Amino acid sequence: MYPDDYRYTKEHEWIKKGNAEATVGITTYAQKELGDIVYVELPTVGKKFAMGEAFGSIESVKAVSEIYAPLEMEIVSVNSTVVDQPELINQDPHGKGWLVKVKLGNADLDSLLSSGEYEELISQEKH
Amino acid sequence: MRYIPSSKEDIRKMLSDIGVNSLDDLFQTIPNEFQFRGKFSFPAAFSEQELNQHLWDLANQNEHMMKFASFLGGGAYHHYVPALVDALISRGEFLTSYTPYQPEISQGTLQAIFEFQTFVCQITGMDIANASMYDGASSAAEAVLMARRVKPDRHRVLVSSAVHPNYRKVIATYTANLPIEIIELPYDESGKTDLAAFEKGLRDNTICVVLQSPNYFGVIEDQEKLFAAARANGALSISLIAEAASLGILKSPGECGADLAAGECQSLGLHVGYGGPYAGFLSTRQAYLRNIPGRLVGQARDLQGRRGFVLTLAAREQHIRREKATSNICTNQGLCALAVTIYLSFLGAEGFRSLAIRNLQMASYARKVLSRVAKLRFSGPNFNEFVLQLKSDAEAVVEKLTANKIFAGIPLGRYYPELKNCLLVCVTEMNKKSQIEQLASELEAAQ
Repeated sequence: MYPDDYRYTKEHEWIKKGNAEATVGITTYAQKELGDIVYVELPTVGKKFAMGEAFGSIESVKAVSEIYAPLEMEIVSVNSTVVDQPELINQDPHGKGWLVKVKLGNADLDSLLSSGEYEELISQEKH
Repeated sequence: MRYIPSSKEDIRKMLSDIGVNSLDDLFQTIPNEFQFRGKFSFPAAFSEQELNQHLWDLANQNEHMMKFASFLGGGAYHHYVPALVDALISRGEFLTSYTPYQPEISQGTLQAIFEFQTFVCQITGMDIANASMYDGASSAAEAVLMARRVKPDRHRVLVSSAVHPNYRKVIATYTANLPIEIIELPYDESGKTDLAAFEKGLRDNTICVVLQSPNYFGVIEDQEKLFAAARANGALSISLIAEAASLGILKSPGECGADLAAGECQSLGLHVGYGGPYAGFLSTRQAYLRNIPGRLVGQARDLQGRRGFVLTLAAREQHIRREKATSNICTNQGLCALAVTIYLSFLGAEGFRSLAIRNLQMASYARKVLSRVAKLRFSGPNFNEFVLQLKSDAEAVVEKLTANKIFAGIPLGRYYPELKNCLLVCVTEMNKKSQIEQLASELEAAQ
């Protein structure tokens, strides 16, 4: 359910490091909690965000939630497909429903949660 | 909800329940020297009949537009309100209801708001409109805030000095603590916003340009030209309308290329009153849907396929999103918006257009007659308002004419010191030709 090569945050974002850039999205748990997603607001390319800063928002039929930067990052590209089809985030949150590609600074990915730690976290939130 | 004052017995019981002997004991935490022990000097109570007479005596001291020949405009316009409007909005279901917080139970209210939004879209040439705002000035300010939400990385707002002075004040108040620089653009000899100053003011950090048309001088702006330039620069265009009756004949903000239209509904079935209650409107293009402030009613179908209405996009409002809400307005001017809806449906497209034409004709006749006794200050085209330049201080002239039961207009020196001798004159379908001729002869004598 939660890929081992991804890292996770307590705010329910995931980040996956590639060669030159990293990909950020929200987790399956997050999309389930939000319900049907109807709108995504993403930043413009080139914008920089500090760790924990809100870089966009996701609107479901129930609420609007911020999405937070897992680490210090600069936006390289945004997923324009999810802007047109926000339901992709519900359907494939860890894949086609990715949100932004970013350039990371000297950030330490290991400071984020591993898949095991994240699953532990959400099992507690469920209770 | 009924209001029943507490009886002596109620008070005694409440005091005894909380274990206090008397009202004095209840208030003993207030130091003695701060407690008022004297007697209030109210006059003796009136009987109903005496009170009625008293209120009539007070009312008879008022001067008002039906007693006078009135040429007052400048944001509050004397138009005829058909009896139908007040009769229908006085129905208890409408008169006593508030903006719906348990909305779907009030289908009638939601349908009325939906129709209001539809009318606003039709007359402003836009895709979407909200459920109404407080008034024209607050709509103007909300439009600027909305433009900033669309262009969060920009910091400069160009506002024409020919925008209603009160609207400009409210814009300044709403934006006082935001990192926004407001640049006021001068007007030129035609009474329009100065094109050269606009072009010079337009930078790549400009959020939006704000024009009013017809502007405070009654002059119709070259909106298309300025808005096209703003668009090329990546800035938004806001078209303000204080005199909505003009939309019956002038090109709509949408046709002029505006991204947002905002303004005052008073001309559309609301009495001038004492300056309120009025309603504001705000409309925009589909692309900016998520940034629109306030409430929005949408049309939907229920499980059985029947047409119904819902409050939509509420997830962005402050009762759900707190400090991150799109705006701080969670209400609307329900009753006034309803009056506007009834008024516009009563007039219909043809009636709305004929009314505008009537205003244009009356004002153009007045311009001709009055230009014999005073100079026209600006050369730009007008709808139903224009500026006369008198030979002396307009304030004193207005005072003199008031004594003869004429509200001659608004002396512009109040807002524009350089226009001390100038008078803003408004002529609507409520004015008679004889009143215009009387104004001309009295103005000639009073200057």
